[in-house]
Amino acid sequence: MPELKYLLFMGCVIPYRISSYEISTRKVLDKLGVELVEMPEFNCCGLPLDPVNHDMMVTLAARNLCLAEQRNLNIMTLCNGCFGTLNHVNKELKEDKKLKEKANEYLKEIGMEFRGTTTVKHLMHVLAEDIGFEKIKEKVQKPLTHLRVAQHTGCHVIRPGKVVGFDDPENPTTLKNLIKATGAKCLDYMDETECCGAPIIGVNAEIPLQLAREKLSNVRAVGAQALITVCPFCHMMYDLNQPRIEKTFNEQFGIPILHYTQLLGLAMGFSSDELGLEQLRVDASKILAEVIVEK
Amino acid sequence: MPETEKEEAKETAQRAVLKTADMDPKFKYEISKIPGAEKVMLCFQCGTCTADCPIARFSDFYRPRKLVRMTQLGLKKKLLSNDVIWLCSTCFTCVDRCPQDVGIANIVRAIRNLSVKERDMPIVFKELASNILKTGYAYMIPELRLKKREEQGLPTLPKANLESIAKLFGITGFSKTLEKERT
Repeated sequence: MPELKYLLFMGCVIPYRISSYEISTRKVLDKLGVELVEMPEFNCCGLPLDPVNHDMMVTLAARNLCLAEQRNLNIMTLCNGCFGTLNHVNKELKEDKKLKEKANEYLKEIGMEFRGTTTVKHLMHVLAEDIGFEKIKEKVQKPLTHLRVAQHTGCHVIRPGKVVGFDDPENPTTLKNLIKATGAKCLDYMDETECCGAPIIGVNAEIPLQLAREKLSNVRAVGAQALITVCPFCHMMYDLNQPRIEKTFNEQFGIPILHYTQLLGLAMGFSSDELGLEQLRVDASKILAEVIVEK
Repeated sequence: MPETEKEEAKETAQRAVLKTADMDPKFKYEISKIPGAEKVMLCFQCGTCTADCPIARFSDFYRPRKLVRMTQLGLKKKLLSNDVIWLCSTCFTCVDRCPQDVGIANIVRAIRNLSVKERDMPIVFKELASNILKTGYAYMIPELRLKKREEQGLPTLPKANLESIAKLFGITGFSKTLEKERT
């Protein structure tokens, strides 16, 4: 088994609005024997600036990669966006000599050099590939057998398929299997791979809200008690924005959106406080009642 | 006017006549030089990207196929000034499903980058850039939240190296782009 030690790339959205993801991740990974090393001086992964200046994105990402190389550690991200960006740039710089030379010209100015010695992983890769389902199951003390949930894997952790090379982008099963490991039932629903729309909310709010409404409707249609995510952006769209969606379309959903790490944490026996469940915008107490019944 | 006739009239009006004078035959080469957009000429307009695009389903205007066609035709001005280019959510479904492996989302990104160079950018990106320059993070994280981290038993959030970030903004030329927008 690989050494379970990673440089934690927190990104911006989690400390800004979604700290429940960080809180629950730290709890759960600690129990699984994973050592997380804080990443000093990291900056935004670069993704938000890709639409306006690709070079700027590559350079910001490359700087983060250099920080990891200096510490001889692999990066673990919690955000699909950070993963997609850092992984893509890491792979491109490793494969494309010209691009690497150009990036290193920029990096030289700040006393850094990209060498290509680090690997970028998302929490899901660490859980499914490095830790493994068996070890996760071993740590489950209170199987969530009465719970029926649905999953939203999100885009940048599986697409573009050629770049990421993880899971099947057209029919992703990793998160489903991770959910099953907690004892909960994972339900299939329409358009599981549909994007949350969050990246364009700053330009156009209407379309992402319509997308999220459709997602929530599809999840509700199969009777899921909660939707499970692994990305702070997706989570923000479905949880923080759920009241806004309800108001805009005059429709009630009340579907709790849990980070996968919260679900796993509950199965491991952590309390809702320890997992930041009270921070969710959509009340998850019904879910907790199910878990308590299980006790 | 009966509904069907109205619709027909609307359609005719929308079907604008293209003038060769509006076409820049070199534009497609300009775009294809941008990393990721090399295969723009391979698009044979099958429409898979638009059919599978989650944004196109909810937008009357965003059609990735059309953006690529406009690039091929060299409708540079029309394309770069069209706000619709900012609607791609970068889900990469089009990239994964394109039978010609054209990399549509990358072409849209190339078009956006060029539009920023020659015109302007939506205000949200200026805010994000300014936040990164000021804090290293894309969002201004309130002081209260940083203090709350302590209460929650979370480690202090690392401070970014602002000097390095400012230098990188400078060398890539992005600072200039931002300044240009301000004046």
